[in-house]
Amino acid sequence: MRLLEYQGKELFNQFGIKTPTSFLASNINDAKKGAQYLGYPFVLKSQLTVGGRGKAGAIQKCKDPSEFESKFNELLNKEVKGELPRGILLEKMVDISKELYLSIFLNRSKRCFSIIASSEGGIDIEQTEKKVIQDIFIDGISLELANDISHKLNISDDSKNSFVNLLLNLFKLVIEKEAELAEINPLAILSDGTLIALDAKVIIDDNSLFRHEELKIYLYMSELEKQASKNGFSFVELDGDIAIIGNGAGLVMSTLDMVSDANGKAGSFLDFGGKATSETIYKALEVISKLPKIKAILVNLFGGIVRTDLVAQGILDAYKNNIINVPVFARISGAQSEKAKQMLYGGKAKLFDTVEEAINAVVLNVNTN
Amino acid sequence: MNSQFDIFKILIGSSTDSDFENKSVIIQGITGSFGSTHTRLMKTYGTNIAAGVTPGKGGSKFEDIPVYNTMEDATKSTGAVISGIFVPAPFFYNAAKEAIDNGIKLLVAIPEHVPVIDSIKVYEYAKKQGARMIGPNTPGVIVPKIMKVGIMPAQPFTEGNTVVFSRSGTLMYEVSFHLSKSGYGQRLALGIGGDPINGTNLIDSFELIRDRDDVDSIVVVGEIGGDAEEQLADHIIKTNFSKPVIAYIAGRSAPKEKRMGHAGAIVYGNYGSAESKIAHYLKANVPVAKSPREIPILLKEQLKR
Repeated sequence: MRLLEYQGKELFNQFGIKTPTSFLASNINDAKKGAQYLGYPFVLKSQLTVGGRGKAGAIQKCKDPSEFESKFNELLNKEVKGELPRGILLEKMVDISKELYLSIFLNRSKRCFSIIASSEGGIDIEQTEKKVIQDIFIDGISLELANDISHKLNISDDSKNSFVNLLLNLFKLVIEKEAELAEINPLAILSDGTLIALDAKVIIDDNSLFRHEELKIYLYMSELEKQASKNGFSFVELDGDIAIIGNGAGLVMSTLDMVSDANGKAGSFLDFGGKATSETIYKALEVISKLPKIKAILVNLFGGIVRTDLVAQGILDAYKNNIINVPVFARISGAQSEKAKQMLYGGKAKLFDTVEEAINAVVLNVNTN
Repeated sequence: MNSQFDIFKILIGSSTDSDFENKSVIIQGITGSFGSTHTRLMKTYGTNIAAGVTPGKGGSKFEDIPVYNTMEDATKSTGAVISGIFVPAPFFYNAAKEAIDNGIKLLVAIPEHVPVIDSIKVYEYAKKQGARMIGPNTPGVIVPKIMKVGIMPAQPFTEGNTVVFSRSGTLMYEVSFHLSKSGYGQRLALGIGGDPINGTNLIDSFELIRDRDDVDSIVVVGEIGGDAEEQLADHIIKTNFSKPVIAYIAGRSAPKEKRMGHAGAIVYGNYGSAESKIAHYLKANVPVAKSPREIPILLKEQLKR
């Protein structure tokens, strides 16, 4: 779960990491109150989970009341990479003397957490050579290590203690809130030597949410994602018109690639996990039915314990109850496949022996209709 | 990395052992719906499920298998060093720690949705105690015709000299099915797991079979997310890994910054992208198949050389 900037900053504040005074607004009336409270000038920042806000023009300075309303409304309706903001953060500007970069992330290949720090802030960290990378154990960061990083970043004596404390607090946040990433870019040193987080990018480990009731307020899902998640499905909406359903994330991804290679366009990714029954396929088709752009459905199931006839029954039920009316192209490898073929014979759903045949048929169908 | 670790010795043993190809396995969570279903299937396949553990159900039997309250009781009565963990994710950490504390050397961690911090803790603790974890979020491990610890179906697998390592469960079955159909049976198929943290990662897996005469080739099934494939490709070059390797990567056409089902299958910028992985493999002279069906075709070419 990627938190919005303001949510990440709420966590920062809970862990003693300072952020500029700010006000969150999702409509112009609230925003006016915010503007009054903060006083001009301030910055307007779109609250999005996608990166590249600055380049997309979704962060704007606001000097005086004359430009406020138009800029606020512009940002509120501005999509970045297909995403509309969930609110605009109005944030007081601060007097910056230097910008740094600091993050703690889950280092997958080393199977630990690592710190990345740089004396250059506000940059793309992958593009700079000037950075310190330090692996850490989950039991904690020693004072010595924190001091060493501060030294490597050439942080002045005035700010050294604040930096060390901030680093220790950020680590505490990562462990206590189970974050996969906590990034401050830029981390500003103010003219009085204090440190302040100008941005916040925090990703929480979804699998830890069962023990973080307090973070569930940040969960955000579309109605469709909620319905899929309630059934235990993994679901991602995509741009095309062919819905892809399968059992197993890898298998569905692989099917997506093959559809794309055959010049088809996937409209959704749905992995319903291990159990392939008439009920799971029915529920999966219910989710797909909410996507009006879908012109055909491709089902790819593989597994020894899949009962093909049960899956066929689920598909027939979905047609009978008018859940779906677009054609289904299915490759279902499992027991009772002859029986399933007979059950589906003459209907809108067709069963194929290989996934390649099913893909060719679905792409042909969509591209000619 | 624990290069002394010999997974074949643990799973099947040597021909002089009295329990050769019949090593004892304990199932943690044996009476749960998931654990019980797959215990039956494992037993049918030929795995010696010697005991099960479910707190509160000690003293009972499941399919003639004794059930104990604790791992202490189960390991004492069986001497098993292999455990299949089938408990729900929130209970995984305690179950794994209990297993390691009682002498388990190989943990096959089936549950999905284990928090990464718990996985790191178990990984570190296992390393300290000389144990090894496969998973979590793995279908498990199978030595075709001899035994399996996990949830994979039996049909796709046949015995032979290829090895399959896979980050995805169903793709491991699909790929093994295509290999078997083309006459390439498997000496071992092992699920790395779909999570960001793997107790046995791709490099560890390659080290398990590097010097084995009964393995003539490796198929490695990867997916987008992380840099396991990149690290593996570098490792193949650096250590002059000499057996033929064929790779496959799922998720080439997936959008960025979207989690594609598996917790670990997400691309940030170029990090975790299929392009990056394919480029690294090609540098290591590892052919990358475009679809599961193409894998045996590429393997045939490699083995001819």
